[in-house]
Amino acid sequence: MLDKPSFSLDGDYYSSRFSELGKGEGDTLVLNLGPQHPSTHGVLRVIVELDGEYVRRAEPVLGYIHRMHEKMGEVKTYVQYLPNMGRVDYLHALAWNWAYVGAVEKLMGLEVPSRAEYIRVITCELNRICSHLLWWGAYVLDLGGFTPILYAFDDREILMDILQIPTGSRLTYCYYRFGGVSADLTETFLTQTRNFIERFKTRIPMYHDLVTGNMILRGRCEDIGALPAEMARRYGATGPVLRGSGVAYDVRRVEPYSVYDQFEFDIPVGKNGDAMDRYDVRMAEMEQSVRIIEQALNQIPDGPFINPDVPDRIMPPKGEVYFAVEGARGKIGVYLVSDGTARPYRLKLRAPGFSNLHVFAELAQGTILADAVSILGSLDLVIPEIDR
Amino acid sequence: MTQILQFLMLPLVHLIVALIAILTFIALNGLILVYVERKVAGFIQRRPGPFEVGPHGLLQPLADALKLVGKQLVMPRGADRILFWVAPLLSFAPVAICLLPIPFGPYLLGLNVNLGLLLVLAFSGLNVLALCLAGWGSNNKYALLGAARAVAQSVAYEIPLLLSVLCVAFTCGSLSFVDITASQTRGLLSWNVFSQPLAFLIFFVSALAETNRAPFDLPEAESELTAGFHTEYSGMGFGLFFLAEYSYMIVVSAVASVLFLGGWSGPFFSGHWWMLGKIYALILIMMWFRWTYPRVRFDQLLNICWKWLIPLSLINLLGTALIINLVR
Repeated sequence: MLDKPSFSLDGDYYSSRFSELGKGEGDTLVLNLGPQHPSTHGVLRVIVELDGEYVRRAEPVLGYIHRMHEKMGEVKTYVQYLPNMGRVDYLHALAWNWAYVGAVEKLMGLEVPSRAEYIRVITCELNRICSHLLWWGAYVLDLGGFTPILYAFDDREILMDILQIPTGSRLTYCYYRFGGVSADLTETFLTQTRNFIERFKTRIPMYHDLVTGNMILRGRCEDIGALPAEMARRYGATGPVLRGSGVAYDVRRVEPYSVYDQFEFDIPVGKNGDAMDRYDVRMAEMEQSVRIIEQALNQIPDGPFINPDVPDRIMPPKGEVYFAVEGARGKIGVYLVSDGTARPYRLKLRAPGFSNLHVFAELAQGTILADAVSILGSLDLVIPEIDR
Repeated sequence: MTQILQFLMLPLVHLIVALIAILTFIALNGLILVYVERKVAGFIQRRPGPFEVGPHGLLQPLADALKLVGKQLVMPRGADRILFWVAPLLSFAPVAICLLPIPFGPYLLGLNVNLGLLLVLAFSGLNVLALCLAGWGSNNKYALLGAARAVAQSVAYEIPLLLSVLCVAFTCGSLSFVDITASQTRGLLSWNVFSQPLAFLIFFVSALAETNRAPFDLPEAESELTAGFHTEYSGMGFGLFFLAEYSYMIVVSAVASVLFLGGWSGPFFSGHWWMLGKIYALILIMMWFRWTYPRVRFDQLLNICWKWLIPLSLINLLGTALIINLVR
C-alpha cells in the first residue's frame, strides 16, 4: 500500500507564515502567483491575499533561482568569474560584464583604450535596446496583447545577430575583458548597426501606433501603481522605475563612467510614477540609446581594442572598490574587496531588480488583481538577477 | 424520390437530420476555425503559422484534435466529480439547439419557430452556467476566480445584448429569424445594420463579451488566472470548452448576420453562401480584435457595460419605439 504523500497541500513555510501574519477579517483567498505562473516571467513567486478581485496583501518570495553568484565570485579567479556576469541578468548581460570589469579595472588602475570604451558603449546600448524591447513585448503580453511581443522579437532578432558578430553569443555575453574587449568591431558590424538604427527609427513610431495610443492599454497603465518619488527612494529603486517617478537619476549622467560624458542624450523622466510613466520612460530610453549609438559610431577612434599591458594573472592590490553602471533595470553595482590574491575576498552584487521588486508589495496593496499583474510587469523584473 | 422527400419533410425526421447536419457543421467548423485562427494569428504576427502538418499546415487541426482525444482525462483531488464532468458537456450541448432556428438559406433551416430569437438567447445563456460549474467544481482558486468573472460578465452583457436585439425585433415586428431575414431582402439598404447601426455595434461588442473573446476574455485571462475556469481540464474536457467557444462564435455571428446583415440575402445572388460569407467575415473581425488588442480590466469591462452600453442601448430602444410609433 502506498503511503499518503508527506507534503501538505496547505502550503509551505512561506504561505503559512503569510497567512499567520495578517489574518484579515472577512472572506479572503490566499493565492500563489508562481513560481510557475504566466505573469511572473520566471520563477518569482508572489503570494497574494485576495478579497474578491482586490489584493489585500502581496508578498514576493524569492530564491527559486538562487545560484550563489556572489559566493562563486570568491572561489573563482577574476578571469574565471567573467562568464558568470553574463548569466546574472541575461537580458542586459553586457552591463553586468561592464560593472565587474570596471570594478577590477578601477582597483588595478588599468587603462582602457579609447576605442574599447566606444565599443563598450555601442554594444552596451544595443544590449539595452534588446532588453527594453523584450520588456515591451512581455509587458503588453501581460496585459493580454499577444502580437506586440513578436514585433519586438523581430527587431530583437536583428540586434542579437548584430551582437553575435563581435561577442560570439546571442544572450549570455562574455565580451568585455579587463582593459578592453575580446574582439574588435568588424566592418559588417558597423554597417549592420547603421542599417538597424535606420530601421529602428521607423519601428518606434509603429510601436507607438500599435500599442502606446491604444485606449485599452492606457486604461490598464494610467494611474496604476503610482509610485511617489519619496517611496521609490525609500526602497532604493533605480533605473526606469525611479525615473518614471520624476527623479532624473541615471548613473551615466550622475557619475559618468567610460566615455558617457562625450555624448549628448536626454534622461527621460515621468511625472506621476504610474505604470504608463515607466512605460514611456523605457520607450524614450530606446530612442536615447539610438542617439548615443549614432554619436559613438561617428566618433569611434582607431587604435587597440584592448590594453596590451594587462598582466596575465589578474591580481589586484589589497583594497576595496565600488563601481556602478546603468543597466536596463537600474543601477548595477559591484563591490569588490581584494586581499591581493588571485581571487576576490568578497564580492557584492547590487542587482537593481531586487530593490525594484520590493516596491511591488506596497504598490499592489488595495489594487485589483489585474492591476497587480500590470504593476509587476511594469517593474521589468529579471528573476535570476534578483536571486543572483 | 417524392417518397424520400415526403419522409424528410416529416417534422421529427427533419429535426433529426437538421441536428445531425448541425453537429457535423460544428465539428467541421471547429477544425476550420482552429486552422484559420492560427493562420490569422500568424499573418498578423508576421510569421507563417502552422506549416508542418500537411500542405500549408492544413492537417494541423486534425493533429491537434487527435492529441486532445488521446490525452488522459485528469480530475483534481477534491473536485466535484459530477459537476466537473457535466460542465464541459453543458457548455457544448446547447450550441446545437442554438443553431436550429437560424436560416442559413431560403430553405436551409432546421426549425421554423416564431420565437427563434428567444430560443437562441435562452440556450446560449446556459454557457454561463457551464463556466460557473467548471470553476466551482474544479477545486481550484484560479478556476473559481475565472468562474466568478464569467458570471458577472455574462450577466452584465446579456442586458445590452437583449436590448439591441429588441430594436431589431421592434422594427421587423417579429421574433422569428425567417421573418427578420425576409424583411431585409429588398436590396442592400434594407439591411438592419443601416437602420440600426448603433444596435449592431452594441450587439457585436456584447457578443464579444458573451463569447469571452478578446479583449473581453477575462474568465480565461492567462496572465492573471493561468487559464481561468478551464485551468484543470485536460484532453477532451478542455477540447469541449474549446469547441464550444468556437461554436458560440458561429452562433453569435450567425445571429448578427441574420439580424443586421440580411442573413442569406445579398447582392447578385442570394443563398447560403452569402450567409456563410457573412458569418466568417464577422469571425475574422473577432480574430483580428483578439490578436491586436490588450485585455481590459474587470471593472473597466463592467463600466463599459453599465455606463455606456446599457444607457446607449436603452436610448436606442426608446428612439426606435418612438420612430415606429410616429411612422405608424
